[in-house]
Amino acid sequence: MNHTHTYDALVVGGGGAGLMAAIYLSREQGLRTAVISKLYPTRSHTGAAQGGIGAALANLEEDSPEWHAFDTVKGSDYLGDQDAIDLMCEEAVPVILELEHMGLPFNRTEDGKIAQRPFGGHTHHHGQGPVRRSCYAADRTGHMILQTLYQNCIKNDVEFFDEYQVVDLVRSEGRAAGVVAYHVETGELHVFHAKATCFTTGGFGRIWSISSNAHANTGDGAAITFRRGIPLEDMEFFQFHPTGIYKLGILITEGVRGEGGVLRNDHGERFMERYAPTMKDLASRDVVARAINQEIREGRGINGKKYVYLDATHLGREVIESKLPDIADFCRTYLGVDPVTDPMPIQPTAHYAMGGIPTDVDTRVIVDAQNTVLPGLYAAGETACVSVHGANRLGTNSLLDLVVFGRRAGIAMAQFCRENELPPLPADPTAEIAAEFSRILATTDGEPAARLREEMQDVMQDEVGIVRTGAGMQKAVDKVRELKQRFQNVVVMDKGRHFNTDILEAWELKNLLDLAEVTAVCALNRTESRGAHMREDYGTRDDQNWMKHTLAYQRADGRIDIDYKPVTLTRFQPKERVY
Amino acid sequence: MAKATIRILRYNPEVEREPAYREYTVEVEPVDRVLDALNQIKWYQDGTLTFRRSCAHGICGSDAMRINGVNRLACKVLMKDVGQTVTVEPMMGFRVIKDLVVDMESFFAQYRSVLPYLINDRPAPARERPQTIEDREVFDDTTKCILCACCTTSCPSFWANENFVGPAAIVNAHRFIFDSRDHGAAERLDILNDRDGVWRCRTIFNCTEACPREIKITKAIGEVKQAILYGLAG
Repeated sequence: MNHTHTYDALVVGGGGAGLMAAIYLSREQGLRTAVISKLYPTRSHTGAAQGGIGAALANLEEDSPEWHAFDTVKGSDYLGDQDAIDLMCEEAVPVILELEHMGLPFNRTEDGKIAQRPFGGHTHHHGQGPVRRSCYAADRTGHMILQTLYQNCIKNDVEFFDEYQVVDLVRSEGRAAGVVAYHVETGELHVFHAKATCFTTGGFGRIWSISSNAHANTGDGAAITFRRGIPLEDMEFFQFHPTGIYKLGILITEGVRGEGGVLRNDHGERFMERYAPTMKDLASRDVVARAINQEIREGRGINGKKYVYLDATHLGREVIESKLPDIADFCRTYLGVDPVTDPMPIQPTAHYAMGGIPTDVDTRVIVDAQNTVLPGLYAAGETACVSVHGANRLGTNSLLDLVVFGRRAGIAMAQFCRENELPPLPADPTAEIAAEFSRILATTDGEPAARLREEMQDVMQDEVGIVRTGAGMQKAVDKVRELKQRFQNVVVMDKGRHFNTDILEAWELKNLLDLAEVTAVCALNRTESRGAHMREDYGTRDDQNWMKHTLAYQRADGRIDIDYKPVTLTRFQPKERVY
Repeated sequence: MAKATIRILRYNPEVEREPAYREYTVEVEPVDRVLDALNQIKWYQDGTLTFRRSCAHGICGSDAMRINGVNRLACKVLMKDVGQTVTVEPMMGFRVIKDLVVDMESFFAQYRSVLPYLINDRPAPARERPQTIEDREVFDDTTKCILCACCTTSCPSFWANENFVGPAAIVNAHRFIFDSRDHGAAERLDILNDRDGVWRCRTIFNCTEACPREIKITKAIGEVKQAILYGLAG
């Protein structure tokens, strides 16, 4: 029993990028838009972002979009496309003012403007020192963005399909023609037929064992499009956030360091002074995560263990309770540690995918190194790679990416819908995925998804983490391929149709395995160190050979092919990165 | 590692006529979350056990459920705080879809009914709409809501009358009524002055005790009642 719905535009995913696109689409008279989300939209992981959103508002001191662009390019280790970065940093200012007009309750300055604070890698005068650029709402900025955008969707009567999990992309006559979605409550497959489809499905940090990411962050959009012949860009670059709660991986915002918190090793030493003399604890995330990793490896973790301290005790109760209340709550709840009086035990945690579905600055998905567009297909937010983050994203630029490119997606899709007819729908778009689900349900002799997932997370954590080696990454590639084989016999216990999260977890594991494989393959392939991709056997950046984006393709036989795309350089020439 | 017994109210309306408790034994660390215990069961003992979860640290609001008789997020309660045997049940007052998953549609309909968005039809200025630190502080607490429904489904007035708009919707109305930039207070106060609005609240405080975000919900509801009776201050 199939259900077919017809719309002009589809937004897949209800986080920041998706809701921003939906708001812009909803402003177009006569255009029918549906947002399809596997979660209630307010459950999306945008809501977990804490510290702020970057824009050169200059509310507290001199700042400029040009400085913001320089910092972003430098943060990206010169792999970010500078045209896209310029545009993002320029549009940051009006878009954040628009969020305020939509109702976002930012903290305020003494004179009633949006409050701003320092953040890692954000500087004045091209690296002269920290600048207050991060616009924030306490330490729940992502929560407030997600709520505000959802509220505005309600105001604009946006149509939602909540708890519909998109499981396939429909292609027809060289265009995107919609998606297939699994209705979680009934287990029925629905076809959504549309002129334009945008994936805003977020990241896939669950391929590592220590992760700040939600259980839901399984990279569905990236995996679906990859299997449908669309490449993935720069998958070797994945950010490890320096400060996750020890063992749990729960994020402790960089805003703690923005407010003056410092990292200390077992000797009590503020070790970042050695690694980044100017920016210290506010160097970019790859630099700080590597420094922590090195302290731990050299035996200066606390009591010799795999963590260091994030010390905010000198900030005082007032600052912590008013500007960092949520992280204080997390520490008290999960660690029994009060950051007002005691330092927080932290370790780096898998956090953010710089790579993803390749797009141009109008969020149109491109399918090759010549920037050929696949008409009707769009992607924005963490699932996309524009690329504005290059080899390492700066803090506050992910929320910015969501709203800037979510907005651009809405505008571009509306125009596309006005100018194009519906493409024809292929005969039975659900056949393949229905067969896949039936096969999984029918399997009785094999392993549970959870075991395969744990093995994947362990090997990725050990071998494709902060510091990598050729041998280790080869081991990870081999292991993930073995797990993909074993996945053929994955067994689910729940054989029902009704709200079957057992089969969905298995299907999500398939996505994670595909993404783990392509991540490890691309990492092994790149024989240099750049940004978040750090190799012991190729320890330096190699602009001669590697100043280029990776494009990885999954072929019909499962083989992964790699191609390259040039980096767009404009005014900032590559230099050595010193913070 | 210690053994713990998790007693779960299971119900799959597709195949079962009524709910029944089922017990599971799991090995847990004291600092494991109840959610970790549920995941252990689902992943390695009984894949049919069904619940919602996402962020696993109290921010997304997916895993609200009754834990030892009180509404909690399963990811914000540690095993060391619930004892050797813990009873887990779905939130009360909504249709059970399966096990711990309840139908949230009416909850979100109630939320939408209070116009939960900024209403200000004046042309936006070139820069931000100014707001003092003090004016921002007035509604700070109610901006924390994650729409988990712990409050509404712990409210005896809601159990008695499902048409009661419920504490969560009032919290979200409060967030805008007291925002100095908003012009929709009169309209919202009118909606909440209805027979199924704020007056069904009997200040029982269950909501405040249930809130995983520690929002002072009863206080917020009281402020809305005051605004209906005496108008907004200033």
